[in-house]
Amino acid sequence: MTSTETRHDVLLTVNGVPHRLNLPARRLLSDCLRHDLKLTGTHVGCEHGVCGACTVLIDGKPTRSCLVLAVALDGQEITTVEGLTNPDGSLGCVQQALLECHGLQCGFCTPGFMTTIEAGLKQQPAPTDDEAREMVAGNLCRCTGYQNIVGAVHRAAELKRDSR
Amino acid sequence: MKPAPFNYVRADSIEQAVEALAGSSDGKVLAGGQSLIPLLSMRLAGPSLLVDINGIAGLDEVRADSDGVHLGALARHADVLANTAAREVQPLVAAALSHVGHATIRNRGTTVGSLVHADASAEMPLILLLLAGSLDVVGPRGRRTIPAESLYIGPLESSLEHDEVAVEAFFPALPPMTGIAFEEVARRQGDYALCGVGAVVEVDGGHVRSARAGFMSVHDVPVVAELTEHLAGMSLSTQEGRVVLEAAVEHAMGALDPAADVHASEAYRAHLARVLAKRVVAAAFSDATHRAATRPAVGSEA
Ligand SMILES: Cc1cc2nc3c(=O)[nH]c(=O)nc-3n(C[C@H](O)[C@H](O)[C@H](O)COP(=O)(O)OP(=O)(O)OC[C@H]3O[C@@H](n4cnc5c(N)ncnc54)[C@H](O)[C@@H]3O)c2cc1C
Ligand code: FES
Ligand code: FES
Repeated sequence: MTSTETRHDVLLTVNGVPHRLNLPARRLLSDCLRHDLKLTGTHVGCEHGVCGACTVLIDGKPTRSCLVLAVALDGQEITTVEGLTNPDGSLGCVQQALLECHGLQCGFCTPGFMTTIEAGLKQQPAPTDDEAREMVAGNLCRCTGYQNIVGAVHRAAELKRDSR
Repeated sequence: MKPAPFNYVRADSIEQAVEALAGSSDGKVLAGGQSLIPLLSMRLAGPSLLVDINGIAGLDEVRADSDGVHLGALARHADVLANTAAREVQPLVAAALSHVGHATIRNRGTTVGSLVHADASAEMPLILLLLAGSLDVVGPRGRRTIPAESLYIGPLESSLEHDEVAVEAFFPALPPMTGIAFEEVARRQGDYALCGVGAVVEVDGGHVRSARAGFMSVHDVPVVAELTEHLAGMSLSTQEGRVVLEAAVEHAMGALDPAADVHASEAYRAHLARVLAKRVVAAAFSDATHRAATRPAVGSEA
């Protein structure tokens, strides 16, 4: 079946780099990023939208990459966790904050939290504690516990303000 | 798991989408994909064709006028929730939408998609039914308006034909002297609810003129109970009013057949439905009295 499957041309700009791809329609964005583009920072946990590990930004909006078809995103901009590092390769504000606040243990959930927080702080640059909790409410972490992650939201906001 | 292979058409117009659907016996529309893609990945659905409507221009409109709120098929939950004019014209839409999944799901999922998907545990089908709204669909036989009362025919089953595309939903405006409330109980914030209840109450001089309550996640379709005959003329803020409300809710429970699943027993669901209904109808009554006091003039709420 796979060998005869129709493939579609699609242009995806991922972390600022344009990629021309030729993909079967059923390729999930999460699999496209990991298998076709070798960007394995995006993690896949549940593959049905519940855990949030696969969250990436599509045109700046947090979206489950396991719940979109890559071919449906022709011409759109995608940001993955790899895109959150500074141009010189050092950790971006959100990454630095998670590190400083011990906001990760195994790190499986972390890429999804980071992309979500990156977009969340654009909308709410100085979140209250409730807003910080709400920001990460759609992401599951099985080991760290959420206190340090919520702490990292505040720390990232601080780092972003300082870096301005 | 991964989806099985399917053909994929990205439609540029509604006509093209309808034509593609009409040419296949089991084609499905792909809107936000937040319900459909999980079904494909779990292989609970295996259509031979997906017709992607995300490229159709002009379908993402959220429009509020004195009649009510009009939502195009590509209006994402998040866009509807953020629209302040829509919230003013019909506050029940936003009150319920804030319970639909998490922000990340609402960024992509469409409100019209949720209406068509017809999940009995989804908020928006109940709200459309409770407000007596409607859904406009286009098929090879032209455009038609489906009233909410004939839209929901079974679990995950709406009365659209397989070759019809839903293009616009309509939620009527909140009339003057009328209040709303919505509440649900879920195991975790953002999850599908174990039970949810919405209410619309109209008052006249501090007394109920009409009242209806709607239940989701209790039955295999959303259910609306008319409470006017029990509550008309009552003030629900008095002890007597609360006794009458209790009896009215008991009567409404007669039309419900709460189902058991892994998350809740029949008895627990019935308990939730009772408790929430009393709370929500009383809250809609105070909302109505409050609105009547702050905007007593006859006219549009908008
Ligand atoms: C983790 C998670 C939590 C969620 N929690 C909730 C919740 O608490 N409450 C809730 O209500 N929903 C919830 N959802 C579902 C979400 O609201 C979906 O967005 C919605 O049910 C479907 O909208 P969609 O645009 O994603 O539709 P799709 O997934 O694209 O389509 C769903 C179905 O409707 C059909 N369809 C869609 N649009 C049209 C159209 N215009 N014309 C004809 N047919 C159409 C499709 O063919 C398909 O059969 C959740 C989803 C996830 C992944
Ligand atoms: S892998 Fe996408 S939400 Fe869990
Ligand atoms: S750090 Fe292990 S799941 Fe979050």
